[in-house]
Amino acid sequence: GNWGRLAAQQALTQDQLLEFDTFGNVSLIHITDIHAQLKPIYFREPEVNLGVGPNKGAVPHLTGADFRKLYGIEDGSPSQYALTYDDFSALARAYGRMGGLDRVATVINAIRAARPDALLLDGGDTWHGSYTCHHTQGQDMVNVMNALRPDAMTFHWEFTLGSDRVREIVEGLPFAALGQNIFDAEWDEPAELFEPYRFFERGGVRIAVIGQAFPYMPIANPGWMFPEYSFGIRDQHMQEMVEEVRAQGAELVVLLSHNGFDVDKKMAAQVKGIDVILSGHTHDALPEPVLVGETIIVASGSNGKFVSRVDLDVRDGRMMGFRHRLIPVFSDVIAPDPEIAALIDEQRAPYADKLAEVIGQTDSLLYRRGNFNGSWDDLICDALMSERDAEIAMSPGVRWGPSLLPGQDITREDIFNVTSMSYGAAYRTEMTGEYLKIVLEDVGDNIFNPDPYYQQGGDMVRVGGLGYRIDITKPQGERISDMTLLRSGEAIDPARSYTVAGWASVNEGTEGPQIWDVVENHIRKQKTVSIPPNQSVTVVGA
Amino acid sequence: GAAALAVAAVPLRARAATVDDLIAEFTGGADVAEGGVELDAPEIAENGNTVPIEVGAEGASAIMVLAAGNPTPPVATFNFGPLSGASRAKTRIRLAGTQDVIAVAKLADGSFARTSKNVKVTIGGCGG
Amino acid sequence: MAKNVRPRVKVPKKAAAGEVITIKTLISHTMESGQRKDSDGNAIPRSIINRFVVDFNGENVLDVTLEPAISTNPYFEFEAVVPEAGEFKFTWHDDDGAVYEDVHAIELG
Ligand SMILES: [Mn+2]
Ligand SMILES: [Mn+2]
Repeated sequence: GNWGRLAAQQALTQDQLLEFDTFGNVSLIHITDIHAQLKPIYFREPEVNLGVGPNKGAVPHLTGADFRKLYGIEDGSPSQYALTYDDFSALARAYGRMGGLDRVATVINAIRAARPDALLLDGGDTWHGSYTCHHTQGQDMVNVMNALRPDAMTFHWEFTLGSDRVREIVEGLPFAALGQNIFDAEWDEPAELFEPYRFFERGGVRIAVIGQAFPYMPIANPGWMFPEYSFGIRDQHMQEMVEEVRAQGAELVVLLSHNGFDVDKKMAAQVKGIDVILSGHTHDALPEPVLVGETIIVASGSNGKFVSRVDLDVRDGRMMGFRHRLIPVFSDVIAPDPEIAALIDEQRAPYADKLAEVIGQTDSLLYRRGNFNGSWDDLICDALMSERDAEIAMSPGVRWGPSLLPGQDITREDIFNVTSMSYGAAYRTEMTGEYLKIVLEDVGDNIFNPDPYYQQGGDMVRVGGLGYRIDITKPQGERISDMTLLRSGEAIDPARSYTVAGWASVNEGTEGPQIWDVVENHIRKQKTVSIPPNQSVTVVGA
Repeated sequence: GAAALAVAAVPLRARAATVDDLIAEFTGGADVAEGGVELDAPEIAENGNTVPIEVGAEGASAIMVLAAGNPTPPVATFNFGPLSGASRAKTRIRLAGTQDVIAVAKLADGSFARTSKNVKVTIGGCGG
Repeated sequence: MAKNVRPRVKVPKKAAAGEVITIKTLISHTMESGQRKDSDGNAIPRSIINRFVVDFNGENVLDVTLEPAISTNPYFEFEAVVPEAGEFKFTWHDDDGAVYEDVHAIELG
């Protein structure tokens, strides 16, 4: 009901969005977790993003009105749309899609116009997440990112292409592939393919960029796809690397990290001497850096929605000050760079018909991001239960996956944007009630353990056909209660076997149809999908 | 989200008696002090079938490692000879579930020390 | 006899007299724990490397007793003193009675 207000606030300009008073002598440009989104998308930020232990109520665990209050964001403003969840559908219609790597290119070019030797750093989760990325094994993203000329990147989902493909790409990368925590699993030595850090001389400053890949790769993703490598947090080795680069004359130490925000906060406190952490993995977008000791932590969102610019004044081997801006990439406001736009079209052209095919429509806002089931997840779980004839469905709590607005067509591209992966087989199996509880407790501890170093993956596993209550303040084994089979309304019996359908198993040899085909078949039958608000999960202790 | 078909990472019942017996056998019934031996292991195992550990105790002649939650707790005993450079070693072990790994060292003066570290073995399965 | 058992060892080629060096060893071996069952439900018998010994010029560096909880392809990393030029001898003892050996010479320098 606030269309008039929205129209009035739509007077955004490209100059406004890119405005920046160049500061100091060094500029960093950070983009992360693009998940292969070459084109502009809608992406609703989380409504539920709970912090535990020392991070309860701390950013990035504030959402909606609390988030806007903290940063002085006006209701109905472009920033509300870009950074928070409420009123999303209406605001999305007013302000349009976000991102698109051709628009991102325009932002990068503008920063380079002001500071030609700015460092461009990609935090990873780049070669994963779309139809074209899946069918080219990441080549579309490699081609487009190379044209943006990054200086370094680090990694997570890239490894799910399999280590042979990763090696093939990395060997040809015209920039640094970093990961101080990527080790040879056999001999427990730093993996030769990945440098721990690289030096850059910019603005007369000797800058060391250290990389940190996602620490829990073989737990969160199928380790059998990259058995040569071991990861881990390795904060002792990180400290050694910081000392090593300082000894070699680094005046500024930048950590290009895929740890996730809370892990980065803890690492900033554990490891001394890091000036800037460019944080990725948890997809948080923060308008201001968070300060831990003398380290600033920058969170730059996901899916190409944002680009962070950090200008630094480095003198006498010290960071004396910084100026930062999280630049929202409003795709209707920022002009696409024609060269990159053409390159993107070239990647998509062979698949144009497949991408554009309309499978159905949605009456509801479809989104995923949040600690518990999003509406996309509910749709996927419905598809699993009906297409695979199961009582219960499980769907991984990944943080990627753009949103669709009520009334939109659902295309094949949209389905791949929320399901695409190299281990997408939709299995069907039996699980006892006891084992179902173990799964929920296990994943619950991976997100709600109060020690961030134990938070190893994504959000809570999504469930269909099953209701439960979770007390996030309790230890593992005591968080989950009141498990109910929704079909009958009966309590889950620990001794009984239930038919469970799911996808994204980390186990080798998992069999079943690909999840995108399961979802496509389901949507075709529904024609128009309608997803009521999820009421099957009760959260306590938030 | 897990949704994995992994072998159940059910925390196995600790076999306290067996662990105590093994320690008594190693020490000959002597007292065991808490601390004075180092045990390094990841907070979370990347793979329960191959968990890297490091044990060390200055001047120790031997260090025994036990996994309290495995069906059989013995893991290894390191005996350090005269040409050992440090009473310290790394290996990789199997853990049947989340549990305490225990290291007991026979120190240079003949006394015994122990420490333990909890290692989480998770079903895993989600990524951001 | 266990199949395809292959030891691999990383030892520096040179050391100063009295220097402490790091040695890494691997041996490819399934380390069958004795607790697994085959597809017919029959217990698969235990078959592991049960002892690993490192000597230098006949004097002992390390002597390890291995149990079934040691992972497939047993890995050890440890430190040794090099008092003089000579030869490291590595010995792995298999449950089936087989003994696998590897030797590495080291020079002073
Ligand atoms: Mn990501
Ligand atoms: Mn990630």
